[in-house]
Amino acid sequence: MAKTIGQEFVKGLWEEIPPFRLVLGLCPTLAVTKSVENGIGMGLATTFVLVCANLLVSILSGIIPSKIRIACFIIIIATFVTVVELMMQAYAYQLFQNLGIFIPLIVVNCIVLGRAEAFASKNKVIPSFADGLGIGVGFTLSLTAISAVRECLGNGTLLGYSIFGPAFEPFSFMVEAPGAFICLGLLLCIMNLVGQK
Amino acid sequence: MGDYMVLIVSSMLINNIVLAQYLGICPFIGTSKKMETATGMAGAVVFVMTLAAIITWCIDTYFLKTLDIEYLRTIAFILVIASLVQFVEMFLKKSIPALYAGLGIFLPLITTNCSVMGVCLINIQEEYTFLEALTSSIAYALGFGLALILFAGVRERVILGRVPKPLQDTSIGLVTAGMLALAFIGFKGLV
Repeated sequence: MAKTIGQEFVKGLWEEIPPFRLVLGLCPTLAVTKSVENGIGMGLATTFVLVCANLLVSILSGIIPSKIRIACFIIIIATFVTVVELMMQAYAYQLFQNLGIFIPLIVVNCIVLGRAEAFASKNKVIPSFADGLGIGVGFTLSLTAISAVRECLGNGTLLGYSIFGPAFEPFSFMVEAPGAFICLGLLLCIMNLVGQK
Repeated sequence: MGDYMVLIVSSMLINNIVLAQYLGICPFIGTSKKMETATGMAGAVVFVMTLAAIITWCIDTYFLKTLDIEYLRTIAFILVIASLVQFVEMFLKKSIPALYAGLGIFLPLITTNCSVMGVCLINIQEEYTFLEALTSSIAYALGFGLALILFAGVRERVILGRVPKPLQDTSIGLVTAGMLALAFIGFKGLV
């Protein structure tokens, strides 16, 4: 059954929203969501890689021999990750420093490889573009949501602005590793609760 | 010698690759439902991570740095890791079938295990010497194994408990991992 381009885009926003529905790409999700700014930055970088990789994979899918397709996909993805890395270094150096090692690690983000293999290699260019964009925007939204919770509780701020006033005692626990795991676990639980009805 | 001890303790426990550096979470959640798969994965990671770290360190120092093409690091490293995993798989299948049977299915999964790539990059970022890089990558790998096996043990018990329906599976797994991470924070005062 062929879906319209709109549907391909929208499914990334709820039906298959990463990392909640597709439990992939958890490492950057947990690592960079200390502040909303980092979360959005990481989301946008991943979206760019997803869209470009999906486009190129779907264009080249006729030429790439199926036996070595995974290696080819990884090279395509690595190329775009290098592009993002160099661009961020030039135009958003502070963000580049904050995200650190997780920018090159977009290469091994299972979401990107997963979409290239499961969707882009079997579909035409325009649906692949919509799929990449949808999943990317979904990923950005989830990162923003997780980081908003963590920044609010852990620092008492949102995008750097104080929201609870000086009397608020921040839960520094939330910006540390355990807070990341527990926060993601509980958000996943809420998603499951909402999805059941 | 003392420096290496500090390096081992800090890489294995204090900066534990999964619970403090957030790397390799996907296999951590994915293979921890049973103790057997957890030990298999831990073994495969120790093996591949050490090899990958040595090879990427040499490539970076003798090839990328001398030719001044460090911006190609990401591509070079992922290619090395992907081909290394393939090579190790073929080598083990031919020459050590017993080990292959044990690690077999976990080997291909390691290509997308970000902890392997992560450790290679950390070694370069921290500007470790060869011996330091070797020590730290073994310690990181052992830390991964330790966390994975501990977590699998906890998870096997959690399955027996009565977990509310929306919390089941991954959700309770993440919360459990959070508790484990909290325990590992206790190591922070060690060094």
